[in-house]
Amino acid sequence: MGLLKTFVLGGIHPPENKLSANSPVRILEIPPQVVVPMGQNLGAPSKPVVKRGDKVKTGQLIAQASGFISSDVHSPVSGTILKIDSVMDMSGYRRPAFIIKVEGDEWMENIDRSETLITDINLNPEEIIAKVKEAGIVGMGGATFPTHVKLMISPGKKADYLIINGVECEPYLTADHQLMLEKGPEIIVGTKILMKALNVKQAVIGIENNKPDAIELMSALAVREEGITVQPLQVKYPQGGEKQLIKAITNREVPSGKLPVEVGCVVQNVGTAFAVYEAVTKNKPLIERVVTVTGKALKNPSNLKVRIGTPIKNLVEMAGGMPDDTGKIIGGGPMMGKALATLDVPVVKGTSGILIMRDEASHRLAEGPCIRCSKCTQVCPMGLEPFLLSRLARIGNYSSAEQEKVMDCIECGSCQYTCPANIPLLDYLRLGKSKVGAMIRGRTKK
Amino acid sequence: MSNVVLISVIVLGALGLVSAIILFFIARKFKVYEDPKFDEVEAVLPAANCGGCGYPGCRAFAEASTKNAGKEKNLDGFLCPVGGNEVMQKVAGILGLEVEEKDPMIAVVRCNGSYAHSPDKVKFEGVTSCSFAHALYAGKGGCQYGCLGLGDCVEACEFDAIHMSLETGLPVVNDKCTACGACVIACPRDIIELRKKGPKDKRIFVSCVNKEKGAIAKKNCEVACIGCGKCEKVCEFDAITITSFLAYINFANCKLCRKCVDVCPTDAIWEVNFKPRKPKPEAVRPKKIPAKETVSASAKKQEAFAEIKSIVSSNTEKSEK
Repeated sequence: MGLLKTFVLGGIHPPENKLSANSPVRILEIPPQVVVPMGQNLGAPSKPVVKRGDKVKTGQLIAQASGFISSDVHSPVSGTILKIDSVMDMSGYRRPAFIIKVEGDEWMENIDRSETLITDINLNPEEIIAKVKEAGIVGMGGATFPTHVKLMISPGKKADYLIINGVECEPYLTADHQLMLEKGPEIIVGTKILMKALNVKQAVIGIENNKPDAIELMSALAVREEGITVQPLQVKYPQGGEKQLIKAITNREVPSGKLPVEVGCVVQNVGTAFAVYEAVTKNKPLIERVVTVTGKALKNPSNLKVRIGTPIKNLVEMAGGMPDDTGKIIGGGPMMGKALATLDVPVVKGTSGILIMRDEASHRLAEGPCIRCSKCTQVCPMGLEPFLLSRLARIGNYSSAEQEKVMDCIECGSCQYTCPANIPLLDYLRLGKSKVGAMIRGRTKK
Repeated sequence: MSNVVLISVIVLGALGLVSAIILFFIARKFKVYEDPKFDEVEAVLPAANCGGCGYPGCRAFAEASTKNAGKEKNLDGFLCPVGGNEVMQKVAGILGLEVEEKDPMIAVVRCNGSYAHSPDKVKFEGVTSCSFAHALYAGKGGCQYGCLGLGDCVEACEFDAIHMSLETGLPVVNDKCTACGACVIACPRDIIELRKKGPKDKRIFVSCVNKEKGAIAKKNCEVACIGCGKCEKVCEFDAITITSFLAYINFANCKLCRKCVDVCPTDAIWEVNFKPRKPKPEAVRPKKIPAKETVSASAKKQEAFAEIKSIVSSNTEKSEK
């Protein structure tokens, strides 16, 4: 192992609490009914191509991408479309979704369901990107940006690094870790496919040092491949952020408001690399994913492989049932996840974890006055001044907030975590971001 | 000694005189002609600088209206909502024009999802800002169209005309409202609308903006408009239209006959400032949530809290230690 790298600016060390580490991925039974939302990606929601009452097979296309930044949706089960209705999503808003009644598990004929490892790829980059698009793959880390869009590098720009994100810096979550341990060879092939699609010669798999077994395994697999290396990284949150990871591995800095390709890097999650492997070699669309179900009061924190559309309550049951003193259920990790209003919401492509918090740990502490300790400024990985930005958002001075680069905030929550006065800094930063975003959109429209 | 005084007076006096002459010529050279009517118009405006007219402040309104009056010979599109007809008459008088009488307007809150009608399902501990909460989640009661009750409208109001009611958790507009429209812009859910004040302040409106199907709307809030269409059928003046399961009363056509209020099965249609009806006691319903309902409100609220399992607060929390 070489010298451990990390990003320079800021960062925090929250307790890791990886309760479900080393618990092998279990396959969750298919529920009697699934709910598949149409808009599972960042960008435009997809358009349905099946009707109510239609029979669908597992892996069949049910909704098509409706714009450039949009992705296809496939049926995760076989059965009948019960109805197309608006269904509550994680935030409580109702959005259009398919409700599918499960009947057996009949897959599309062209999907290879065998476990054999296929290493030969005889496709050109365009064909690979087309297959990724057809499989409806989105960023599996949680941001759900359509992967095929990321692979199409705009003319005039060139990528020279592919970075595979196996950092999993969020506390509690272990889904990517387990995936690396169990599907290492597949991820390596997926990486090779992505390298070919992007036409890059070098790929780096970044893994934090708290996963030594994964580093060892991936390194052993990577030495056999040309151009792929594994880079162990210091443990620091938010290293899994795209810009932070690029800085840590390549020491390049993505300019404000620009995309990583500007500095010749493309970042993909390990889960995405695995999904790409399955899509390209086995024609399997993105219809299932690994989800960590965890929490201190939970009997059996686990990593579960579930079909998209499975209600979250089934996952919680599988992990030992809902503890009595539950105060909050979070979709995602504790730092960037979102509290759920109900357990009936389905797993979507971007669901990386379900965290159940005890009541005592799920309330905010009373807010105190800012004592100008500058801790938030020290931990901000983007070099912003959260105390100033939150103050500007609070008084409604959004034009100054824009000048102070509020849009660069990656919403990692480090500032709020570290604030000794318990000021809801991130809330105000988000408020500022949404207002400034609206201002910018208004300007470009004119 | 007297010499010193004399010299100072002469020197300073001469300096002052020369400067005055220079300043006089400079002032003449750089003189900007301003229509004296700007000042006259500005003087009659309310000087609230609220922006309700669409111009940045009263001075800008005075300048724009005067210039327009010179060119177009009318005052179309110029209205000071704060001053109303009275002020507009004065402005028209100064500019030598006629102005049409406009109906006075008032801000109307079209949501009745109070604690009693739409009990809390989750707990919110985030920043008290509607814009933030709107981006975060659907709302405490579960209605994604309803009032979030965090008071962005109250903050936007320059006239102290809108306040949160502690009993209902909803904003209440009082007589100070000038219909400047600041709260309409501030509300992220377009709940507040400017409507005709009506004769003797009488008005009828649908106090709901929920566009969901009836069953879903009713599940979250017992006084939601379910789009049943009864009001549309009973209305003789074509004032009511239903689009995506939501009734809307066009105040231009409404004759305030109150028939729609009687037929509404969920009490979503409100009548304001009418005399209570005499003969049919069963038809008289409590409309504006009188104080007596608050008892049941708090009881229902507690009941709802007992069922609360999940708690929505902000996304980021300190993890368990």
